[in-house]
Amino acid sequence: MPAHCAVIEPARLRGACEAARANKERLVALWGSDETVRGGGYALHVALAQRAGLLWLTVPLPREHPRYPGIADIFPSANRMQRAAYDLVGIHAQDNPDHRKWLRHRAWPGGVFPLRKDFDTAGRYAPTDDRYPFVKVEGEGVHEIPVGPVHAGTIEPGHFRFSIVGEKILRLEERLGYKHKGIEKRFESMTLADGARLAGRISGDSTVAFAWAYAMAVEGASGTEPPRRALELRAVVLEIERIANHLGDLGYLGNDVALSFGFFQFWRLKEDLLRLSAALFGHRYLMDLVVPGGVARDLPQGGAERLLERLAAILAEVATLRSIYDEHAGAQDRFIMTGQVTPDLAEKLGLCGMAGRASGIWHDLRVDYPIQPYQQTQVRMATHTRGDVAARASVRFDELVESVRLIQALVPRLSSGEIRVPLAAAPDGSCGVGWIEGWRGEVLVALETAAGGRIHRLHPHDPSWQNWPLLERAVFGNIVPDFPLINKSFNLSYSGHDL
Amino acid sequence: MYQLLKQIAKTGIVTEPAPNPDENLRQLGQRLSEIVLRHFGRALAIRHVDAGSCNGCELEIHAANSPYYNLEGLGIKFVASPRHADLLLVTGPVSRNMEVALRRTYDATPEPKLVVAIGDCGCDGGIFGESYASCGRVASVIPVDVAVPGCPPSPSAILQGILTAVSARTKA
Repeated sequence: MPAHCAVIEPARLRGACEAARANKERLVALWGSDETVRGGGYALHVALAQRAGLLWLTVPLPREHPRYPGIADIFPSANRMQRAAYDLVGIHAQDNPDHRKWLRHRAWPGGVFPLRKDFDTAGRYAPTDDRYPFVKVEGEGVHEIPVGPVHAGTIEPGHFRFSIVGEKILRLEERLGYKHKGIEKRFESMTLADGARLAGRISGDSTVAFAWAYAMAVEGASGTEPPRRALELRAVVLEIERIANHLGDLGYLGNDVALSFGFFQFWRLKEDLLRLSAALFGHRYLMDLVVPGGVARDLPQGGAERLLERLAAILAEVATLRSIYDEHAGAQDRFIMTGQVTPDLAEKLGLCGMAGRASGIWHDLRVDYPIQPYQQTQVRMATHTRGDVAARASVRFDELVESVRLIQALVPRLSSGEIRVPLAAAPDGSCGVGWIEGWRGEVLVALETAAGGRIHRLHPHDPSWQNWPLLERAVFGNIVPDFPLINKSFNLSYSGHDL
Repeated sequence: MYQLLKQIAKTGIVTEPAPNPDENLRQLGQRLSEIVLRHFGRALAIRHVDAGSCNGCELEIHAANSPYYNLEGLGIKFVASPRHADLLLVTGPVSRNMEVALRRTYDATPEPKLVVAIGDCGCDGGIFGESYASCGRVASVIPVDVAVPGCPPSPSAILQGILTAVSARTKA
């Protein structure tokens, strides 16, 4: 995977971002780090997706008053990332009109920054007052509905503040961060080998994507070359993860429009696949399978046949279910033109991943920068332009079929040989990047090592960062009862975002 | 419509038998009387609270609602408010940002009530442990009757935990 690093002065940051934006390059992630233990101050990191690959910009900042020119006006998705970088590292984005806290609620007070190296990890703070100024919509007949953090269904926690008139949504404002459990700080207490387990638990539904991105970062930093068979098996399990999640979501999309038939059918198929994953790889969700240096388990004897047989059965049933969904007037009435994100808006605000592909943002790392084994199989990108619930359902159906095709292409021709090599030692201060197209979108892991095979700083980035703000826009003018449907059609990660 | 009915008929009933309760999962002594438990056992209302999980346990709670496990067939139903619930099903290490919400949800659940903690993180903090941002296990915030280990625990294990909570302790 092509990745380049560069160090630039704060004064050149905006120029670099403006040029990138003009060139239709995308902001992948933004985070901060504490470099005081290395004799520096702090640093801002910006990852951009260029045509040639990933560009990782590091901007050194002084120890006293670390600040940099904000870039949220150039890349709107940077807003929340900049606020999170302040909450965690204490680096300040200048000229950003939104200075509200983001990941900090009441667990630690303002002026204390958990990702600084002098942060007392044993210290506990008395819960502080957690005031958060939501934007207020005023006018005749306008009222607010506060929802969460504990939701009505089996969903992760977050707060949604709706301003409505009648049933119509005038504005939605999200507040996230409830699940912040100190993942990045935890990484800094771990060795490179141990970190794999934690990486697989950043967002449980994307465990393979994060574990692969982590492994890729560690392998890059240590100069380890995983065996070819391991790469092929990683792709097989990444596609299984994509199929399982798409099956689950398609079931819930039926459920949310009162077509519970869809839920039961798709979740039966998903359960079949999960059970097979457990039988073949020892875990229903394939956790801890991808490890730095390769994969932890090989496909057992006869496993290939069982997998291909099961996928063929799933494919046949999904074709039937798709035609039932397509011809179900009630379901289509709820799906079409609901929760729309137009291609223009998607481009402006930086929608990405599966939801992006449903709104005319046609990027897929497996197509744009194919690594092995995707170079040999090639991937057909699933696309749509309408950007509504129906489009996101359609992209899921198409991707599911394509993932089955990829597994069918890979499994009969798996390379022979070993599945794991020992990890070479990573010198202090080396960098590694992992960038993988998970089922939701592109997952990034950016790593800097410390001495003794440990982690100096690790930033995992879930595509939900980019897409959460678009959910706020997708619900404009829709009715409140359609919110669960629209939300499910994106199915964004709270844990992967809150860290 | 014909296709839909045909698919239902072709699928048939896939539900499997429910697991038996397992006393080893019990954390506190049996807190509720047998009479109460007998009622709970027939029509149990559950409120799920994700207090900070990685969302892996949520995947398995969803899966427990699939036709293979058929929770509703056992009289178990997920409800939208703690005020309607008999049992809280709590996942995650409890993040400090969720501590107040979890306490309030517990307080809003009417007595008599039960709590089942789900997953390694719910049992002992798991890989996230206790930190500036995590309170660790669920029992550090609210009383827990039954704890189900696993990362994540399978739908059968979750079901077994729920059934253990509502079963009267069998005399050895």
